[in-house]
Amino acid sequence: MGAVLAQLPVRTPAIDWPGLLPVLLPAAGALVLLMLRSLVPSRLMPAVLDAVWTFAVAAAGLVSVVVLWQRDADIQAFGGQLVMDRMALFVAAVVLGSVALVAPTLPRYCRRVGVASAELCVLALLAAAGAVVMAGAADLIVLFLGLETMSIAAYVMAALNLRRLESLEAGLKYFVLGAFSTAFLLFGIALVYGATGTTNLEGIASYLDTFIILRDGMLLAGLAMLLVGLGFKVAAAPFHAWAPDTYVGAPTPVTALMASAVKAAGFAALIRVFVEALGTRADDWRPAVFALACATLAVGSVLAAVQSDAKRILAYSSISHAGFILVGVQAASDEGVAAVLFYLAAYAVIAVGSFTVVAVLSGQRDDRTGLDTLAGLGAGRPALALGLTVLLLAQAGVPFTSGFVAKFSVIAAAVEARSYWLAVVAMVSAVVAAFAYLRVVVAMYFRDSGDEADTPEASKPALGLGAGAVIVAAVLLTVAMGVVPGVLESLSSTAAGL
Amino acid sequence: MSALASTSFPAALTVLVLVPVAGALVLLAMPRTRPDLFKPVALVASTVSAALAVWMLAEFDAGSAAVFQFWQQYEWITGWGVSWQVGVDGLSLFLVVMTALIFPLAIVGVDAEHSPKPYYAWMLVLEAGCLGTFVALDLVMFFVFFEIVLVPMYFLIGGWGHGRRAYAAIKFFLFTMFGSALMLVAIVALAFLHSSGNGGDVTFDLVTIAENQVLATNTARWLFLAFALAFAVKVPLFPVHTWLPDAHTNAPTAGSVILAAVMLKLGTYGLVRFGLYLFPEASVYFAPLMITLGVIGIIYGAIAAAMQRDLKRLVAYSSVAHLGFIVIGTFALNTEGLTGGVLQMVNHGVSTGALFLLVGMIYERRHTREISELGGLQKPAPLLAAVFMVVMLSSVGLPGLNGFVGELLVLLGAFNAHRWWAVVAAAGVILAAVYLLWAYQRVFHGPAVGANAETPDLRWREGLVMAPFIAAIVFMGVYPKPVIERIEPAVDAIIAHVEDNVSGFVEPVADVHPSVSLDDLARSMDEADHNGSGAEHSEDGG
Repeated sequence: MGAVLAQLPVRTPAIDWPGLLPVLLPAAGALVLLMLRSLVPSRLMPAVLDAVWTFAVAAAGLVSVVVLWQRDADIQAFGGQLVMDRMALFVAAVVLGSVALVAPTLPRYCRRVGVASAELCVLALLAAAGAVVMAGAADLIVLFLGLETMSIAAYVMAALNLRRLESLEAGLKYFVLGAFSTAFLLFGIALVYGATGTTNLEGIASYLDTFIILRDGMLLAGLAMLLVGLGFKVAAAPFHAWAPDTYVGAPTPVTALMASAVKAAGFAALIRVFVEALGTRADDWRPAVFALACATLAVGSVLAAVQSDAKRILAYSSISHAGFILVGVQAASDEGVAAVLFYLAAYAVIAVGSFTVVAVLSGQRDDRTGLDTLAGLGAGRPALALGLTVLLLAQAGVPFTSGFVAKFSVIAAAVEARSYWLAVVAMVSAVVAAFAYLRVVVAMYFRDSGDEADTPEASKPALGLGAGAVIVAAVLLTVAMGVVPGVLESLSSTAAGL
Repeated sequence: MSALASTSFPAALTVLVLVPVAGALVLLAMPRTRPDLFKPVALVASTVSAALAVWMLAEFDAGSAAVFQFWQQYEWITGWGVSWQVGVDGLSLFLVVMTALIFPLAIVGVDAEHSPKPYYAWMLVLEAGCLGTFVALDLVMFFVFFEIVLVPMYFLIGGWGHGRRAYAAIKFFLFTMFGSALMLVAIVALAFLHSSGNGGDVTFDLVTIAENQVLATNTARWLFLAFALAFAVKVPLFPVHTWLPDAHTNAPTAGSVILAAVMLKLGTYGLVRFGLYLFPEASVYFAPLMITLGVIGIIYGAIAAAMQRDLKRLVAYSSVAHLGFIVIGTFALNTEGLTGGVLQMVNHGVSTGALFLLVGMIYERRHTREISELGGLQKPAPLLAAVFMVVMLSSVGLPGLNGFVGELLVLLGAFNAHRWWAVVAAAGVILAAVYLLWAYQRVFHGPAVGANAETPDLRWREGLVMAPFIAAIVFMGVYPKPVIERIEPAVDAIIAHVEDNVSGFVEPVADVHPSVSLDDLARSMDEADHNGSGAEHSEDGG
């Protein structure tokens, strides 16, 4: 067979298969799980194995990332279509780490709420594979493939809670608006291809570096379309409209994945396309990202402050965090990229931890998320309340948490790029967002639980070993990254090529 | 400015900050079944810090008070040039000592009303945050501590406060966080502009940046405003003071004590260390504005205090007035004014801290702070009345007690710098006498009716808590020399720094008797205290 291939006039590209393990492992893991579930009777395979398998696959992916990180050269595959450089590996670690953190919470959640755990696990792994492809994409078409793989899995995951109407609504909204944004993205790709003659990111960069396009209307239109398409994916205002309802309606562990892994992949794509490929046209897109960042910060924090539902507060706060990350993108520098990567890693941990606490408290139908349901948590479940408090304070950017260091790094990048006003807007919006987090804390500690007699099981929900371990891990990581940020800081700087 | 490391105990300041944190962690790990142990553990941790602070006071070299002593530096976030750098000089020494001493007193003096474990843990975290702010010599480290103190205080007000506690806690948090939000941007901008002006690596080292002024005048002014806003909210200066009365009134007693005695000083200390020292030109430029705001605060705080029906709210507004004195002393930009300002930071901490403790004791006995419902407490509680009177008179600024020395120096300095503002501010002294004496009269004099007649007097424990306050009030009023001796060299260095870096700026000193030095002043005050009629005499001396 090999001899036959060698005689053909086709040169097959050399593929560094081990270098692709961060993509292959979750993809293969998903397919294996899918086949096992279809073939093996469920009495032989308890539901808990889905989550165990997911965790194992994600952990194996993380190990492969750590091993590949040690290599000096960037890993290229498929004729330079996919590049597993340090940045791709960093984002892959964030994505796979999020999946690994969410997996232990799934068995108990799925049993309680009645969500099919096998489907959820398969789709989560597929979404992770797509997200890693996005992070490693060296070509707009590959980027699109990764984005679609991830998004379609995410649409279905959002609608998986079949007993809850809001979940179906979440899936539909996410799908319709997501498909709409994909059209923008594709159109943008086409226009950029028309302007530069290539879809390869490096090719676009070197073309724009070498030639001056005199009539650049097509390029600029393509650039705007790309920004709209990717802006949808990261839920940047004014393209955020799908996010709150989808976050609230989706099963809570899925929301955690959307806020961590999906967001990380979206920002990785944004960096790949804008900072790396279109870096020479930064003067054109930086004002647009400036405006997007301001709008996202304002919308996210102000609307978070007026919500009365914990999950919805976290949804809007996720939008405001996207605004902060955009501040780093807007810097259009290596420092900015490093700050974005730091922020993504820190926020992924915080988001998974916070949504896990919400998931634990959300009751049989995954809809008990109002602020009033948190009343008395500080007295009834002091450890859980303390955990959520630490995570919320981290989101507010309080020192000695990763949230502070993350905010500090994006602010530093913005200031270094002379975007002083953007830094000021970001910090002021952080104060507004802090109000939202403080309201949650007030609900937990400073308000007595009025209806304790009515809902004894809800005020004392079973935490479970998996969720408990995840919350503890998230809190410890958040504090550790805040007290000794040097480790993550040097990793993210290396990933950004500093 | 060079720095001295301690030879006998190099990590003294780091340990000072970390001991309360360790205490808080021990509390967190303790089982809930032994509630009787929480307070002793908290007390031990804060007492160790206090002992260390007193040791440092003894070891402090008064001759080189302008230099950072007990200096120590570790790398923290190497990639960003952020370090853990600590040290104290004459400006911060007494603030550190006062903070370390007041916390154990507040812990002994006031019991947690409920849930003692988190209460004492938050108190210890608060102590670490306050101490860290005073000893930090790295801008980011300073910001980190400046900001972290909000969290424990938020929980203390919200969890153990009274009335609209959740509202007051959130208001406190957001006001102060808003102020410091812009300061973070300014800190980062300062470091980057400094490094690009110098061509060196980015550093957040306070001394390096301050001693090497490279900013354009206009830039420095903007950055100063961002810093000043953060400090103005914390001080609080008019018109950003509105969080203070709510926070004080609704906070638990120990929270009010710490808020007034220590946390307000974070703002005034910041104005000196990170205002004058970092931005000398901008400080000179904005001095008239700051003095105006200070004077408005003095008059406004005094009038508002006089109108209050709630005793605690009255003391809270009196803080607004007193802090106004510190600000005008600071921005008088001469040795007298700034020394008086720094001294007054300590004095206000002692006096107002003690006043809040006493108000807390009255509330505990009578379950009300409405002045109209109190009256005649002197008869059933003579000792309480006596202690209250001494503290109240120290707050008024009676000669022979600590408040007088500071206020005199402040007014002296302000008079030399901005004569007419000093005259207006001096009226504030009289107003302070009006509202405090009037309040004292209504609460303690007159017939004791109803429940007032059965008010118990000071208990032993309360007496022991108040004794150090009274001792400090009298000592610093009678013999301020050792304190001033340690503050003055640091103040002189700051003033010299301003003179060196601002062309055309000369320290505003008295034209009539330029030869009168602070030593003479201190000496004349000593004499004045001995022959008992010193007030007018020493004022003439200035």
